[in-house]
Amino acid sequence: MIDVRLLEGVFNPGQFIGQFTTAHPGLGAVCTFVGEVRGEGGVEALELSHYAPLTLPGMESLAARAAERFGLMGILILHRVGELRPGEPIVCVSAIASHRRAAFDAADYVMDHLKSKAWFWKREKRGGVWSWIEPRAQDHADLARWD
Amino acid sequence: MARLVFLGKLADRAGAAEMAVEPGLLAGILGGLPAALAVAVLDERVRIALNGELIANPESIELTAGDELAFLPPVSGG
Repeated sequence: MIDVRLLEGVFNPGQFIGQFTTAHPGLGAVCTFVGEVRGEGGVEALELSHYAPLTLPGMESLAARAAERFGLMGILILHRVGELRPGEPIVCVSAIASHRRAAFDAADYVMDHLKSKAWFWKREKRGGVWSWIEPRAQDHADLARWD
Repeated sequence: MARLVFLGKLADRAGAAEMAVEPGLLAGILGGLPAALAVAVLDERVRIALNGELIANPESIELTAGDELAFLPPVSGG
């Protein structure tokens, strides 16, 4: 099963993962990654904007590529949009496979691609002032691992 | 009317996330924008989508009524 969603409000990853896992009887491995908003450096809030015609279709395409490449039984991708506060989950990827290596690698692959290729723009608020987050060289280096 | 959509910091440059424009050739539409905004959207790293589809050769675009043209700056990293 491929399940990809953009979420407008705070979510509990465990709820989604529990249901998603239950929907795949006979699985051998589940690898889940949850990313949260870092509170370092006085960040008060993070805002994610997206472009509806491209963002979700792009994530669905990524999920399908990961499922094919790693022979997954299922892949769940949840991504927040809107304004978030430190400590809130921002992304959750859960890969379900027969064996652990495929599940580990698929979650890693999806996260690297979400970080540098998905259509999200982020800005953060510090001291009451918003500033845009620029692309990072590290994200592109991470992506190159999969070429 | 047609619609321009500005993502990320281009929305700050434009002063709005969307702008209604008269249909016509993209070159003419850009000519009607503030110069700093026109330069920002023509940055080679900015991708352009017409009605939700990324396009490779935006130079020849002609917008008709109801079209949506989006300017997508590089996405933010982690």
